[in-house]
Amino acid sequence: MTSAVDPTFNLSSSVAARPDAPPAPAKIKVENLQFYYGSNHALRNINFEVPEKRVTAMIGPSGCGKSTLLRIFNRMYDLYPGQRAEGAVLYDGVNIVGKELDPTIVRTRIGMVFQKPTPFPMSIYDNIAFGVKLHEKLNKAQMDERVEWCLRKAAIWDETKDRLHTSALGMSGGQQQRLCIARTIAVRPEVILLDEPTSALDPISTSKIEDLIDELKQEFTIVIVTHNMQQAARCADITAFFYLGELIEVAPSDVIFTNPKEIKTRDYITGRFG
Amino acid sequence: MPEHTVASFDQELKEIGRKVVEMGGLAERLVADSVSSLIKRDGALAQKVVLLDSTVDQMQREIEDRAILVIAKRQPVANDLREIVSAIRIANDLERIGDLAKNVGKRVIAIEGEYHPAKLVRGVEHISDLVLEQLKEVLDAYAARNEARAVEVWGRDGAIDTMYTSLFRELLTYMMEDPRNISVCTHLLFCAKNIERIGDHATNVAEIVYYMVTGQNLPESRPKADASSETTVAFPGRSAQA
Repeated sequence: MTSAVDPTFNLSSSVAARPDAPPAPAKIKVENLQFYYGSNHALRNINFEVPEKRVTAMIGPSGCGKSTLLRIFNRMYDLYPGQRAEGAVLYDGVNIVGKELDPTIVRTRIGMVFQKPTPFPMSIYDNIAFGVKLHEKLNKAQMDERVEWCLRKAAIWDETKDRLHTSALGMSGGQQQRLCIARTIAVRPEVILLDEPTSALDPISTSKIEDLIDELKQEFTIVIVTHNMQQAARCADITAFFYLGELIEVAPSDVIFTNPKEIKTRDYITGRFG
Repeated sequence: MPEHTVASFDQELKEIGRKVVEMGGLAERLVADSVSSLIKRDGALAQKVVLLDSTVDQMQREIEDRAILVIAKRQPVANDLREIVSAIRIANDLERIGDLAKNVGKRVIAIEGEYHPAKLVRGVEHISDLVLEQLKEVLDAYAARNEARAVEVWGRDGAIDTMYTSLFRELLTYMMEDPRNISVCTHLLFCAKNIERIGDHATNVAEIVYYMVTGQNLPESRPKADASSETTVAFPGRSAQA
């Protein structure tokens, strides 16, 4: 079976159909991507584009390959033997699954936030400074400025400015997750990958993160994996539905959630999956 | 279509659909009874129509309440969402149909005992037959989730408009022929207009059914042939301007 992506569907023109959105060029282009966990063929011939400075959501039942794809964007699979990717993931035209590219360079451009908040056991300030020091030589004043900048971007500055040197582990789950987003932003990536960023959070923290996603897309390209369909409908400009390792449908979210083309998409989003 | 993983959601959707069909049946009966009371000059039946309209109103409220509850509880999307929004909108049209039938009933009561030759109502009877057929068809299209039948209903509304325009002319002529006809003919004209409006609501329902099934809207312009607002009949022997 091939991915049933509407051939007439054009990312830039359909996004432009929204009055507030100018057309967006593709930031990441996935071409004929295959992925294997050993002998398990986890992703089959994926083709799609992630538009720049938009929120793209990937949805689908567990094991459909959406998180796998997110991890490929970040070259996470390099950490595990026996996992390999074929095809191309073009990031600004450069194939990032090619062996010749150093994964740490990929990761400074493409940051990732995980399902559970993962602050380092150190102060709030150091959580942010840690990653920055790996890539840049900043003096104290520059570092202070960077810490404030990314905490403000992650909408957590007001809550943390008076306790920057206390342990990050003392923060609430929602605050920790926003700190992780700040930490990701600190190295000034262009793309932020969010792997179920709110599934461990309460509704208020979830709303704050969703609000933040809306803010961040002014500057960053965002890809979010979520099990919460309403979240995809609320946050994402584009939604891609995956099933059993295949991309079934990708379209603007308002189309996917009101009138999906594919029966499988419809059955999944309406809760009809056996 | 496969069932929802949550079986109670299916029950709730089915129940709302069933209520809409039931309400449609009742609205259809009101229209048929109001027309029949007009033709048979049956004041008692007309009275019944007037009373039964409140049941239609009550059913609309009930459908709305259930639909709102499902939206709050289930956050439906895609076809489920369209199904629920359509139920609310169709119930709204059916409620208006009930009101229009009630208005016909009230007029039947008003003209009871007046000079009322049978030939005057023949035209109204004819247009009613068409409208009732449309209403029945569109409710069947809803029950069967059949967009093709809905499109057929949608395309036929022009015939009703044309008939209404000619009926308008006919009733004006009767009034000119004999001033004793004026009171009854005026009421009949309103009855005919009400019935023509019921046809419009049936067309609305057809549009909703089409949207519900396909997720697409029918084109905005539909065949319209009601030219009564531009129609005059010259008095015999004089020019229209005189």
